[in-house]
Amino acid sequence: MTAHTRSAFGPRPTVPVIVFPGSNDDRDAQRALEGLGAHSPRVWHTEDKLPGETAAVVLPGGFSYGDYLRCGAIARFSPVMRAVADFAADGGLVLGICNGFQILTEAGLLPGVLRPNESLSFVCRDVPLTIERTDTAFTSRCAPDQELVVPVKHGDGCWYADADLLAELAGNRQLLLRYAAGSNPNGAIADVAGVLNADGNVFGLMPHPEHAVDPLLGSVDGALILGSFVDAARLSLAAIV
Amino acid sequence: MKATVLVRPKRGILDPQGQAVESSLRHLGFEVGEARVGRLVDVELATDDRDEALAQLEQMCEQLLANPLIESYAIELESA
Repeated sequence: MTAHTRSAFGPRPTVPVIVFPGSNDDRDAQRALEGLGAHSPRVWHTEDKLPGETAAVVLPGGFSYGDYLRCGAIARFSPVMRAVADFAADGGLVLGICNGFQILTEAGLLPGVLRPNESLSFVCRDVPLTIERTDTAFTSRCAPDQELVVPVKHGDGCWYADADLLAELAGNRQLLLRYAAGSNPNGAIADVAGVLNADGNVFGLMPHPEHAVDPLLGSVDGALILGSFVDAARLSLAAIV
Repeated sequence: MKATVLVRPKRGILDPQGQAVESSLRHLGFEVGEARVGRLVDVELATDDRDEALAQLEQMCEQLLANPLIESYAIELESA
């Protein structure tokens, strides 16, 4: 096990992965989180509450409800999403990956919207990413100015916000993750790959950190993001106890 | 009563689908300006009251059928 993928000592936080009809990265997310020291049961979307000991929640990638209407637009009405919204409103940590990011924007838990890629083509490749800051629950294991390599695989990853919203988010340093210069795979405005909410407890990103947690996969940089997240979940658990 | 909801990308929002259609139309030899691609939803409502139907359709658009950040919508009610 490398320094990248280490699991910190301490209690094993419960970090459920929500499963919608059409989710397909839930098992990868579960495996990655458990490798980093979390206990990650998969929770079906019809549940109306989260496991009692939940320290953080993940909405995984996939194609919930077939991406009908708009990506994430239908999943946001799943019973479990009310529980996720309540959890987030209480300051709970929520991470949305790819389709999970789309669901969080449609649910109004994150700003902006994800549109079809400018190229209209599905993209599937490793992309270099830059980090806005390391003082967050999602980037604490990263070094300042560190460039991460994490794969993307999506048809609707073109994040958009109008000029006013974009300026506000940039001012608040909420544009946490960006595609490195010249590597924007989808036409996202300002090269945005991931966005943090104003309170710093909800984060969504198009790249898939759960697919970059083992040298066999070509990169272990995803474990920096997921490891930071599990660390923060463990800390929130300690705060409750 | 029946209604049709038209959802369009807002003015100023880049519409790559519309651009692809526009360029294909030109390839076919049609002289066209801008083309934009939206979505059409036909809905059957339980009510026959026009005001009630419009109020319901507005809510449907705001809550689900359109994303107000990037899309505008127009509601057409079947004439009585």
